[in-house]
Amino acid sequence: MKIDRLISALLLVVLAATAGMAVADDDNFYSWMLTIERKGEVAAVTDEVYKEECGSCHFAYQPGLLPAASWRKLLAAKALEDHFGENAELDEDVRRPLLALLEKHAADNSYYKRSRKIMASLKGATPLRITEVPYIRRKHDEIPARLIKPNAKVKSLSYCDACHQQADKGNYDDDTVSIPGHGDWTW
Amino acid sequence: MNRLLLVLLIPATLMTSVTAAVAAAIPTSLPELLDFYAADSAQPFDAERGKEFWLKKTPADDGKMRDCTVCHGEKLSVSGKHVKTGKVIDPMAPSANKERYTDRKKVEKWFKRNCKWTIGRECTAQEKGDVLKYLSLH
Repeated sequence: MKIDRLISALLLVVLAATAGMAVADDDNFYSWMLTIERKGEVAAVTDEVYKEECGSCHFAYQPGLLPAASWRKLLAAKALEDHFGENAELDEDVRRPLLALLEKHAADNSYYKRSRKIMASLKGATPLRITEVPYIRRKHDEIPARLIKPNAKVKSLSYCDACHQQADKGNYDDDTVSIPGHGDWTW
Repeated sequence: MNRLLLVLLIPATLMTSVTAAVAAAIPTSLPELLDFYAADSAQPFDAERGKEFWLKKTPADDGKMRDCTVCHGEKLSVSGKHVKTGKVIDPMAPSANKERYTDRKKVEKWFKRNCKWTIGRECTAQEKGDVLKYLSLH
């Protein structure tokens, strides 16, 4: 009987530990409530299929940068045939799980700070372009136009990682910005 | 005790996150790929015809001309650059890139997308085979 109790106690500890991990791993209300880790930025992309299918042509934008309704429009089978002028068709067995992944981690389902701010600024709008999100436009207001469009190494706000050196980690903090031909961007 | 064990084990199992299945690759080799396309082709594959196809310019809606080199670059043994996003595209020459032509699913996906983008329609098995034959010589 004593050993039984010992086993139960051990199991409890293991369960508590794994439960904590599962929660910390997930981006939901409980993890937001229960972890001391600050969810200050945007959840990073970890999915290999997403990295391969979307990231082989362009920066793998974090799902938390747009609401689920935007991803549904973008990832519609018909829409992918003309994806901003490119053909980005996906087989159904790839498209469906990818869309599910994007919906699951979309801004409206995320507790990361930037995703919350994006949602608050959208006021129900569901843009196709991340650069049309009011919060993101506002955050870039202070950058002189000459550093963007005429800058051959930047060209457009669409190329997040041209200036945000840790964009692939979901970190868009001011301190990580370095504009090509200009340098660090800190205040 | 058994019941207690179960009560503890079931949630523990449920909590273990299960990652979604990875897009199913179809492992292949160049000879196998050529055989795959040969089944639907009338003529034997020809590298010269493949080269012509690779370099053939087609006018696009945006008024510009498109051919394969627009993104893949002039030299097959070095990386190309996506014409719009600037993303690096690994070399097409199998001698420079061992990953090339090892997954039929991937080959088919890119043929479909890129043929439609470049020439406005899907490529035939004959065209795919000719191009592969040309690319395989590099």
